[in-house]
Amino acid sequence: MSYFTRRALMKGGTAAAAAGALTGPALLEWARAWAQAAPWKPEKDAQLSMLRWKYFVQSEDDAFVKLIDAFTQATGVKVTIARESYEDIPPKASVAANTGSGPDLFWGLFSLPHLFPQKCVDMTDVADYLGKKYGGWVPTAVTYGKSGNKWIAIPICFGGNMLNYRTSALQKAGMSKFPETTDEFLEFAKATKRNNTPGGMALGHATGDANCWVHWCLWAHGGNVVDKDDKVILNSPETEKALTYAKQLYENMIPGTAAWNDAFNNKAFLAGEISWTNNGISIYAAAKRDASKKEIAEDMNHSLWPVGPVGKPTEFHVCFPTLAMTYTKYPQACKALIAYLLEADQYNKWLEASVGYLTHPLNAYDSNPVWTVDPKNTIFREAAKRTLTAGGLGSVGEKAAAALADFIVVDMFANVCTGREDAKGAIKIAERQAMRLYR
Amino acid sequence: MAGLVPAIQIFPHRCCKKTRHACDKSRHDALKDHPMTDVVWKPLLREPTAWNRLRVNRDWLGLWFMLPAAAFLLLFLAYPLGLGIWLSFTDARIGRSGNFVGIENYVWLWDDSVFWLSVFNTVLYTSVASVFKFAIGLYLALLLNQHMPFKAIIRAIVLIPFIVPTVLSAIAFWWIFDSQFSIVSWSLRKLGLIATNIDFLGDTWNARWSVIFANIWRGVPFVAITLLAGLQTVSPSLYEAATIDGASRWQIFRHITYPLLTPIIAVVMTFSVLFTFTDFQLIWVLTRGGPANATHLMATLGYQRAIGGGYLGEGSAIATAMIPFLLAAILISWFGLQRRKWQQGESND
Repeated sequence: MSYFTRRALMKGGTAAAAAGALTGPALLEWARAWAQAAPWKPEKDAQLSMLRWKYFVQSEDDAFVKLIDAFTQATGVKVTIARESYEDIPPKASVAANTGSGPDLFWGLFSLPHLFPQKCVDMTDVADYLGKKYGGWVPTAVTYGKSGNKWIAIPICFGGNMLNYRTSALQKAGMSKFPETTDEFLEFAKATKRNNTPGGMALGHATGDANCWVHWCLWAHGGNVVDKDDKVILNSPETEKALTYAKQLYENMIPGTAAWNDAFNNKAFLAGEISWTNNGISIYAAAKRDASKKEIAEDMNHSLWPVGPVGKPTEFHVCFPTLAMTYTKYPQACKALIAYLLEADQYNKWLEASVGYLTHPLNAYDSNPVWTVDPKNTIFREAAKRTLTAGGLGSVGEKAAAALADFIVVDMFANVCTGREDAKGAIKIAERQAMRLYR
Repeated sequence: MAGLVPAIQIFPHRCCKKTRHACDKSRHDALKDHPMTDVVWKPLLREPTAWNRLRVNRDWLGLWFMLPAAAFLLLFLAYPLGLGIWLSFTDARIGRSGNFVGIENYVWLWDDSVFWLSVFNTVLYTSVASVFKFAIGLYLALLLNQHMPFKAIIRAIVLIPFIVPTVLSAIAFWWIFDSQFSIVSWSLRKLGLIATNIDFLGDTWNARWSVIFANIWRGVPFVAITLLAGLQTVSPSLYEAATIDGASRWQIFRHITYPLLTPIIAVVMTFSVLFTFTDFQLIWVLTRGGPANATHLMATLGYQRAIGGGYLGEGSAIATAMIPFLLAAILISWFGLQRRKWQQGESND
């Protein structure tokens, strides 16, 4: 390994000084020691390129870049990072997988690796190593990461999507704690509307926020797009109940949510226009950063999703898996990078920098101070453990991915809520689309 | 194209016949003594070969000059179009070539209410926006054709919506139509005219009218400036003659301006309809096809299914389904509007 050390030293001067100032020599020292001991030795002259989703919390990306810099210095592996809006990652990854050229690593959403399981580098050894060392993987990470008996990707983090609310609006609605059941939640929505402090959840083509809440609503009432054998079972009284409930909820939201994309609820909440919505921690993070939003930051809090008639949580959070393509010339370097990112000395820093936006998939990180330093962060710790997976009862594969991308469930809810279709008509349309994807 | 004409033709009636003759004659005299006319042909040693003939053949040379342009068209227009049509007959997914499935994609779309909704949206969007763009554009062109101070600057200002990149103007409209922060809602609320914000993009029909409005705003300058160029090619002598004959302003417009403008109208409206029918950016930025698919155009639905959902075959089928509509639009404007020329007694070309 002396080669890499020498190389890192030769690059020396400016880069090392700059990185030293940013990350402290300790990080670099640790990274060097890790590189010596790690089971994966990067290939000679390895260079990696990675395509990741475009960040929402700046400090998360800053920390990520620092970690990667330290990795480069310790191992000599140069890593280029490109960022794209997350809708654009699946098509690019699919083309890369098929043509056999493109970035070595892709970091995307939900079931990305299951679009082309044969084209993913086997990560079983990395998963076993990390799982053993850090208290085991949460079950959903196993579902997203494994195809058959093989790990085809490492879900390096999750993104919690929880209810955000203003404490003052809750008190005004006459409630001492945030609703825990769907019925109470509807009462809360009605009260906030009466009090002129309405809330709202996106019902436009919002990949993250809209998908998260409509799936919660569908599952909370016992509805499902497919059963465990991927057979379409959408047309059910439970689905109808979910739609009826959503329509009542929608009627008590602020007008205009049918037009909302992912960004709308953030700006409406931060402008004080709405008192509750569903979102990641990014609203709170933005409010804390901005001195003029201090009042909102102090008055807001987060809650787990209310439980519906099925009697158990039915939350849907975002999963962010990372995969390496089989065409990469440097599979060992890819594995080394992923393992390195999830090692405690790196991962803890990164988790803290993401201020709760990202949630860990490994149980040992429950003790990270980010979850307790601010009690408003705490519930986001549970995101990875509480989430159901894309596709619900069914597989997390490409069919589930296509159903999410085509907004089948979102449009079903939007059709009913905006009054374009009745519940039966909307279910018929969605069922037909689902049948085609799951044939 | 038409914009270049007026510079030469703006006052053709002032050009006196006599001077033109004199001019032609002097040029003829000069040419007579030109050494080029005194070429002496040497006797040919043998019959010219086919190659020699080909070498001086202007058509052959022309073919070579055309080749780059033709290759360009084939490579970047004909090939993608052909490939798109081929894909629409397969079950191709992104990153994976498909098998031939015949018209299965079309059969599926035939029963797909979302597809038909997008067809309805596209036809509504195109027809309403085109009619308004034509009416407002023509009105603006007539207005700008009058003599007024700062004419050049005003004409330049009119072009601004067309120059601004669509995505930028779409983002501006995104804020204007925002359900919470709309400047329009805000102003009306401050004036006490409305109590709650207007739900521009959240209500089915509001959303449709809003995107149509944004499209009209963007499309008017193209129509206006092109028609203005056309207006300037109309000879003032015709207007003078009509005025002497006592024609009213409406009669002048109806019997002189409009007939002479029809070829330009045909061209400009064909382009306008094509651009509107295939619009994508505006919808994608403003609504992504929502709410509940009420503003999905065929282009945006095709993209969502092909790239977002990964079903290339089905997306291509939606794109291919646009072709008959586009062809119909072209045929109507060419055969419908161009015929007017023949009614004026000119040949029908």
